[in-house]
Amino acid sequence: MGAAVFAFYLFALSTITGGLFTVLSRNPVHSVLWLILSFLSSAGLFILLGAEFVAMLMIIVYVGAVAVLFLFVVMMLDVDFASLKAEMAKYLPLGLLIVIVLLMELAMGLAVWVPSDGAKMVLGAPIPSDTHNTAALGLLIYDQYFLLFQLAGLILLVAMIGAIVLTLRHRKDVKRQDILTQIYRDPDEAISLKDVKPGQGL
Amino acid sequence: MTEIFSQLIAKVEIVTADLIASNFGLALILIGQGLLMAVFLLLSAYFLIYADRKIWAAVQLRRGPNVVGAFGLLQSGADMLKLVFKEIVVPAGSDKFVFFLAPVVSFVMAILAWAVIPLNDGWQLSNLNVAILYVFAISSLEVYGVIMGGWASNSKYPFLGSLRSAAQMISYEVSIGLVIIGVIISTGSMNFGAIVAAQDTEYGILGWYWLPHLPMLFLFFISALAETNRPPFDLPEAESELVAGFQVEYSSTPFLLFMAGELIAVFLMCALTSLLFFGGWLSPIPGLPDGVFWMLLKMGFFFFIFAMIKAITPRYRYDQLMRLGWKVFLPFSLVWVVFVAFAAKFEFFGSFYARYLVGG
Amino acid sequence: MIYDDLNIIFPEIFLSVYAMVALLGVVYTSKDELAKRVTWVTAFIFILVAFLIIFSEEKTEIAFGGMFINDAFSRFSKIIILLSAAVVLVMGQEYMSRRGFLRFEYPLIVTLSVVGMMVMVSAGDLMSLYMGLELQSLALYVIAAFKKDSVKSTEAGLKYFVLGALSSGLLLYGSALVYGYSGTTLFSGILSNVSTDAPSLGLLFGLALVIAGLAFKVSAVPFHMWTPDVYEGAPTPVTAFFATVPKMAAICLFIRVMYDAFGNIINDWQQIIALLSILSMFLGAFAAIGQTDLKRLLAYSSIAHMGYALIGLAAGTEFGVQSVLEYMTIYITMNIGVFAIVMSMQQDGQSVTEIASLKMISETDPGKAIALVILLFSLAGIPPMLGFFAKFEVLRAAINAELVYLAVLGVLASVIGAFYYLRIVYFIYFGEMPETPLDDAKSPILRTIWTASAAIMIFGIVSLLGVEQMAKAAAFSLLN
Repeated sequence: MGAAVFAFYLFALSTITGGLFTVLSRNPVHSVLWLILSFLSSAGLFILLGAEFVAMLMIIVYVGAVAVLFLFVVMMLDVDFASLKAEMAKYLPLGLLIVIVLLMELAMGLAVWVPSDGAKMVLGAPIPSDTHNTAALGLLIYDQYFLLFQLAGLILLVAMIGAIVLTLRHRKDVKRQDILTQIYRDPDEAISLKDVKPGQGL
Repeated sequence: MTEIFSQLIAKVEIVTADLIASNFGLALILIGQGLLMAVFLLLSAYFLIYADRKIWAAVQLRRGPNVVGAFGLLQSGADMLKLVFKEIVVPAGSDKFVFFLAPVVSFVMAILAWAVIPLNDGWQLSNLNVAILYVFAISSLEVYGVIMGGWASNSKYPFLGSLRSAAQMISYEVSIGLVIIGVIISTGSMNFGAIVAAQDTEYGILGWYWLPHLPMLFLFFISALAETNRPPFDLPEAESELVAGFQVEYSSTPFLLFMAGELIAVFLMCALTSLLFFGGWLSPIPGLPDGVFWMLLKMGFFFFIFAMIKAITPRYRYDQLMRLGWKVFLPFSLVWVVFVAFAAKFEFFGSFYARYLVGG
Repeated sequence: MIYDDLNIIFPEIFLSVYAMVALLGVVYTSKDELAKRVTWVTAFIFILVAFLIIFSEEKTEIAFGGMFINDAFSRFSKIIILLSAAVVLVMGQEYMSRRGFLRFEYPLIVTLSVVGMMVMVSAGDLMSLYMGLELQSLALYVIAAFKKDSVKSTEAGLKYFVLGALSSGLLLYGSALVYGYSGTTLFSGILSNVSTDAPSLGLLFGLALVIAGLAFKVSAVPFHMWTPDVYEGAPTPVTAFFATVPKMAAICLFIRVMYDAFGNIINDWQQIIALLSILSMFLGAFAAIGQTDLKRLLAYSSIAHMGYALIGLAAGTEFGVQSVLEYMTIYITMNIGVFAIVMSMQQDGQSVTEIASLKMISETDPGKAIALVILLFSLAGIPPMLGFFAKFEVLRAAINAELVYLAVLGVLASVIGAFYYLRIVYFIYFGEMPETPLDDAKSPILRTIWTASAAIMIFGIVSLLGVEQMAKAAAFSLLN
């Protein structure tokens, strides 16, 4: 068994384990930690595929930013998970039914995997051999998929405006700190030096 | 006699050549290199603590450590031994696994980032194409040590400290990332070797990136202070407000790991500053030879500045810290990225911003 | 060259740039004080862009390697989307500013959502479809919760968001399967790669999931659960928007995907659409009977109307597409009128939406009563009104396509549905006088809109102002 194969099974196993325990773990903070393990392992899988740029982005964006905020929120949650679990038991049969249907669908679909006519012709080589994949990805995103890239930008803009609109409240009755006036305050106006003689006071 | 000797050497050479060629040998070499790097880092951490304390003391007109060993050189060792042999106190109601995982994560992530840092041309453990992204990714993981430590302690102060820290580190990571993008645009590569090579011009010190990216140098350095929780941005452990922040409940070896991890992260930022803006191992004066000596000198110099800042600045207030990160640094670095993109594309001052044009 | 591509998506670029510039400009000046003016300007810009599209050259162009298609079909739907969005914006601004929750972000979020819809109807690729859809829905989630002090509005936003995310998941799952089996995400590529006689099972699963995801967006039964709650909870101007503009975009997207990507396997999706359509018509008709809230009733009414529109799609013919486009145009016109009346309903300064509060408005405001009766007759599909004509066309398309059972069920459902519309008419003329009658609505804008809408329902039968020809050209460009 080569090192690459070993690494693949290692990463694949820990991805699945991480995913499994994200669901099974009793403590929500542990769930998030398992999720992070899962993210890290999938970054490892990307590296094995030769997509190091995507792997690094995966770590920076998902582990470094998204999961941190997630952890933040989960740590501050005050939810009675026992009662939530009881609720879950009520819906478990329905959920299981949906799972079985989806699984059957997947199994049936995969069992008769026949790509349509002509599908094989359009499949190109996924990894360009002559450039770094960072450069290749850049060429694709900013050229062929320019429209989609910009639309994704607009979607994020809407998300940002939405978050601000729905949460920002300007309370008029609260005194606010104006940091700039604090910084630019002249010491001459604020402080006066007095020469206090011993034993006399002002 | 000499004949036998040379035959022996030849034999040894063949055996070592075989060994190097085999997988096992390769693994051994990698482990050896890794150990070498780790030893280098631990040794530097040992002396950095000493230097930090000495500089701090000198600013305050004190002597600093001067009892253990000559000039107090063994003080760090004594402190380390003291910490290691103390009892580990685990707070009641803490999450034990996460409690011990936190310092390990903090330390390991700090060391891990060094895998791609070159001290000289080719002197690195792994020559990645996306080296700078790797460093960025790993340093973004360092925040987990702090958050997990603060949460697992099951105590109020550590929790508040860890929340502060998480917000602070994420905020400043954003501007660090944008500064790095500017450098990447100028270089056309994310490899440290290429970044340093791009600064290798005939003008010596004037060819380095600090000149074209001058505002970003300051931005990067200040963000580095915040990212590593160094004063004046040491709010996660602000002792006058939070006792010691996320580390309150830690003692003995776990505490040592936190401290060592923090120090190595600071040293990493020194290395990054010298690689990104000060030409790494290049010599400042044309004609003098390049070499690892320059790199170490630059790193030492930036650590000196880190220590001086710690000694002479008062701590920031938290809302001011956040304002600085989001309202000043973020827009400024964003504008700068756009500027560099235009400057590189339309070749302002020739290849001043577009080093990839001249090769190197 | 990219400049040619950018030229083709000029209307979209123009609108997005306007949204961003206006956002920055207003944020750095007097913010919400400008909200009214921004709303008017946005409506004006919508109309401007609509005329830009009306007078643009009539030809079929593709941009970005087939990801974006500009043809008569997309132009038709974009014109309807832009014009109706403009009317709904103007209609809602008074209501919102009087209740103190008109903020300058509202018209700008609507603008971005309209950009998303325009991308949707022009999509030529599963990926641009998804991007457009997500841009549109994300903006809608936000405006559903726009009245953030109201628990109901927040609940509506959250419900819409969670269920909408679920439907996006279904759509993505389906798209992934389709991509896996056909090897491409381009509609034209899927069309040519999928064999006509025996498509593989996996592709059919993908198709079914894509249909499920889209059915969510048009709120067809059994994917309609969110509709009544969201319509009831969201502020009335926002509900008016939900009931009209996105419906047009979603139906047009539905048609586009079915014909452009799966046009070779019509037999495989015809039954699914027919089933969705029958379920929607009947559930809409029966569930609306017991409603006491006018907005909930209109939600069920819109579910039923989507059922009729899907009949035209199920027909699978060029005339079917034409009839759907006409149906949607007429449906939007009637609904704008009805919502203008709903927005004007208030008792003692408080807005009300109970059906019972409409009792005897024939006494207090005869003009409004007549307009409402005409609009309700039209919604029910009673002969002299335009609504009848719309239903007649889709049923004719079904009969032409030999789907007689669908047409018969459609007539049956519309007879049942007429009951609840007529119940409101009964309240208007024969109910007993309530203790506190509705206030006198002093809103010239709303009055103009509902009068115009009612007038169109009567005189539209004489001339449709070329809508029929345009719909015909649109259907032709899609199928050929």
